[in-house]
Amino acid sequence: MSTVQAPPAIDADPFGHEHLEDPLPLHERLREAAPVTYLTRYDVFALARYEHVRAALTDWQGLQSAAGVGLSNFRHEKPWRPPSLLLEADPPRHDAPRAVLAKVLGPRALRRLRESWFADAERLLDEVLSGSEFDAVPRLAEAFPLRVFPDAVGLGRDGRENLLPYGDHLFNAFGPENDLVRKGQPRMPEVSGWVNAQCARDRLSPDGFGAQIWAAADRGDITPEQAPLVVRSLLSAGVDTTVHGLAAVLYAFAMNPGQWRRLRDEPHLARTAFDEAVRWQSPVQTFFRTAVGDQEIGGTVIPDGRKVLMFLGAANRDPRRWDDPDAFDLSRDPSGHVGFGMGLHQCVGQHVARLESEALLTALARRADRIELAATPVRHHNNTLRAWKSLPIRVHLR
Amino acid sequence: MADTAIELRVAAKDRAADGVVTLTLARPGGGRLPDWAPGAHVDLVLPNGLTRQYSLCGDRWDARTYRVGVLREPGGRGGSAFVHDELGVGDPVGIGGPRNNFRLVPSDRYLFIAGGIGITPLLPMVRQAEMLGADWRLLYGGRSRASMAFLDELEPYGDRVTVVPQDEQGLLDLAAWLPGEDPSTKVYCCGPAPLLEAVEERCAGWRRGLLRTERFVARESGAVRDEPFELELRRSGVTVAVPPGLSVLDAACAAGASVLSSCRQGLCGTCETAVLGGVPDHRDSILDDDEREAGDCMFVCVSRSRTERLVLDL
Repeated sequence: MSTVQAPPAIDADPFGHEHLEDPLPLHERLREAAPVTYLTRYDVFALARYEHVRAALTDWQGLQSAAGVGLSNFRHEKPWRPPSLLLEADPPRHDAPRAVLAKVLGPRALRRLRESWFADAERLLDEVLSGSEFDAVPRLAEAFPLRVFPDAVGLGRDGRENLLPYGDHLFNAFGPENDLVRKGQPRMPEVSGWVNAQCARDRLSPDGFGAQIWAAADRGDITPEQAPLVVRSLLSAGVDTTVHGLAAVLYAFAMNPGQWRRLRDEPHLARTAFDEAVRWQSPVQTFFRTAVGDQEIGGTVIPDGRKVLMFLGAANRDPRRWDDPDAFDLSRDPSGHVGFGMGLHQCVGQHVARLESEALLTALARRADRIELAATPVRHHNNTLRAWKSLPIRVHLR
Repeated sequence: MADTAIELRVAAKDRAADGVVTLTLARPGGGRLPDWAPGAHVDLVLPNGLTRQYSLCGDRWDARTYRVGVLREPGGRGGSAFVHDELGVGDPVGIGGPRNNFRLVPSDRYLFIAGGIGITPLLPMVRQAEMLGADWRLLYGGRSRASMAFLDELEPYGDRVTVVPQDEQGLLDLAAWLPGEDPSTKVYCCGPAPLLEAVEERCAGWRRGLLRTERFVARESGAVRDEPFELELRRSGVTVAVPPGLSVLDAACAAGASVLSSCRQGLCGTCETAVLGGVPDHRDSILDDDEREAGDCMFVCVSRSRTERLVLDL
């Protein structure tokens, strides 16, 4: 074991607007400073190198999630909503909900959706591509997940517009209580009230993911009290993340016409393209963990109960792990990126996200000769997500 | 990546009771093993080519070792005899899984019923039930006290554990322990077939999910290949040889196919690939028995081939 050292102190605010607009310079600074740095603003430790972020993600024994995966420490502070049974839980309590959801959202379970989602993508493009210029955020990145995912869960028609503000606030709430959080708070009682109400068995169609979660409660695999919270996890983490993942891959192709030509010629690269975009943009930028007992990481001791901030986006561009990390490149194998996390909390919906993007990209690659920016895109700031507010693109049809 | 090949070494071999040894397994260079939960089992691929399934009975908070308990089975087909007589500290063993068909589900109360070596999957369960603050009891039967493993580890639980050596007290009194259906109690049972049948008979007609059993059905799957096999990537029109020690994933990528993967441990499911020909040797933690039997897909980061030729949709 190396000698224990004090980590370099860094005064920057990763949740400040300057860094949310462009986090890359701060990521590089953190990565190059040391394996572990100390963020004075928030009194937390930070990891930005691939090796240490990946190790922290998988070490659930030493770095817990049940004290919250945001800045707020549930050992001392009351969570703003009842904690998630998945994201904000550790074994053994994490086991049963995770096992149930992993089966419901597993690659084999999604096979039955494949055909209809591919057809839905074609129908959406029929509508959207009637004009050659449009904002890809609302028209594609938001429209497609909102078209297929709530149906797959089994939600009713009314109120689906609550899903995006709920997710946006949830991901803001993992950060400090800054202007972004305060902006979302006034609507939250109403929005979370709607979300919680949709988790009840009688609100869900009999054939969707939600009904399958309730069926697991009937079998006793989870309790009836757990079922609505597991459904809530779908509604919390299943929409915004895929929206920003799709926006990321569309932005990547608009900026890299050579890569679009490659996808057009080799459409089977759609899956690789999405994961490469998730690596390159890292729609989920950060998560926290909390040390269980004193934990040594890269020569620094993180004392028991202290928060560790993992920069997934920085790890995904660590030159120690990736050649030419700033390039979006379909000839790269992006496997092993930590954009979906890693280990037993790894994104349980990753196969859903991949299927959505594969459907949309495959349909788009059949029609579009090239896509390009039609105006300067505008970032949407969120404490956790790397997102676009608008992404005006022009599509040249084949 | 160095941590991906699931080839372990026997780090310790200890006697646990008459006819029972425990093996402690670890990576040759240390390092984390794939996560597991109580009720999980692994395939042990023994150096003599036999594959056997054993429940994990160690501590999941120790991410670097697995522990299994192995009963010498006189009527067995050579796996347990090999473990007892031949396998030594430092020897290599291959691993498939962990897989879990016997998960501990939430409950206010648990009744665990173990027969003989069936204690192995239940041992981590009782620890976990204790940790969760559940109200639990363990009924543990065996031929004789000397043949019953882990009594020392169960000692601290006091009267939550009832030990019933057959030569002292006869068979388990199931009628007394299973008087009728109780919706707040989940019953977990693992042991020899006659015990499982007797318990299932007593619980017949109960609401589903209250009784959960684990039985190892030895499947005749043939010996695992330890020689190279041919891998045909049909869409790419390429055939390559896959030697032992090289994963199908790495072989396919080296041959120019683009295969997305993530965990490289057979856990996350990212590298699912359709099988067009040949019989896969499944080593993942994802597929259930029926899905493995179907043989129409595999997870190429860990799974291999039982046949001389494997054809994939790549």
